[in-house]
Amino acid sequence: MRRFSALMCVLILAAAAGAVAAFLILRIWVVLRSRDFMPRESLSILVVAGSGGHTTEILRLLGSLSNAYSPRHYVIADTDEMSANKINSFELDRADRDPSNMYTKYYIHRIPRSREVRQSWPSTVFTTLHSMWLSFPLIHQVKPDLVLCNGPGTCVPICVSALLLGILGIKKVIIVYVESVCRVETLSLSGKILFHLSDYFIVQWPALKEKYPKSVYLGRIV
Amino acid sequence: MKCAFVTVGTTSFDDLIACVSAPDSLQKIESLGYNRLILQIGRGTVVPEPFSTESFTLDVYRYKDSLKEDIRKADLVISHAGAGSCLEALEKGKPLVVVINEKLMNNHQLELAKQLHKEGHLFYCTCRKVLASWK
Repeated sequence: MRRFSALMCVLILAAAAGAVAAFLILRIWVVLRSRDFMPRESLSILVVAGSGGHTTEILRLLGSLSNAYSPRHYVIADTDEMSANKINSFELDRADRDPSNMYTKYYIHRIPRSREVRQSWPSTVFTTLHSMWLSFPLIHQVKPDLVLCNGPGTCVPICVSALLLGILGIKKVIIVYVESVCRVETLSLSGKILFHLSDYFIVQWPALKEKYPKSVYLGRIV
Repeated sequence: MKCAFVTVGTTSFDDLIACVSAPDSLQKIESLGYNRLILQIGRGTVVPEPFSTESFTLDVYRYKDSLKEDIRKADLVISHAGAGSCLEALEKGKPLVVVINEKLMNNHQLELAKQLHKEGHLFYCTCRKVLASWK
């Protein structure tokens, strides 16, 4: 009799786990497929600024964005002072060039780095999980309309957190990934991961457009 | 008299800095008509001693808010293969030699250097060949 009830417990748990898994998969599918085309006056944007070149590239990209994309929330790695300086210069420059910009607020948030340059892959798994644990509260607090990133390791936990916000039914966040101009023939690791999770995946060279027909190719945009 | 600017962006590229600042390299550079060499060394651990003689000046620094001025002054830019550095130098119309850092993951920088070379915008090489490419 006891063996039978133990077996029943296991079966019920397995069924429950299966149901939760199925529900999550369904939610992920729904979120990834949904395209929100409602026109809006402004869009709050979360920009992931990775180290050095990534920040430079993404700021070049932002140089062309209109005021409609505000407020701007920047996320940088906690060890990255250089990016903070570049962002502040960029925003000050922007305010100077167009006085009506002065009242556009921007914010800089810091999270732990997913991976240091040349860090070993096994330890990267742990630091990435740690980053996810800390990036979800940030995303949850900011609730951006759009997340913009261009490939540093930091962007994976952020984008996954943004996706989670949609899966949990809290908010659908548009994820735009622009692969670095460095990537001519092959995608970066972040690109390979986020290709399937982003709403718009932009590449800057024709060879990549050929390999990934679902990507968006607009030539060099930085 | 010409000025050459070496930049590694925010990275560390000790091999390049060491190679370019070695005494016989500096001699060679001077013999090619350059009287000024500026080294932007980023996070590197190799820090050459700056000096200034009658005929030659070596400047060394880690970072500046903007490299635009140094690029503008330069007759030749030698850069790591970072996109930002390449684009900045090319936008200013400077002759550009890109040096590939073979110690980076997957050496992804090679793709961009190859493509821009194919389109005729720059030359690229590894550290070992950088002095030969100078000519």
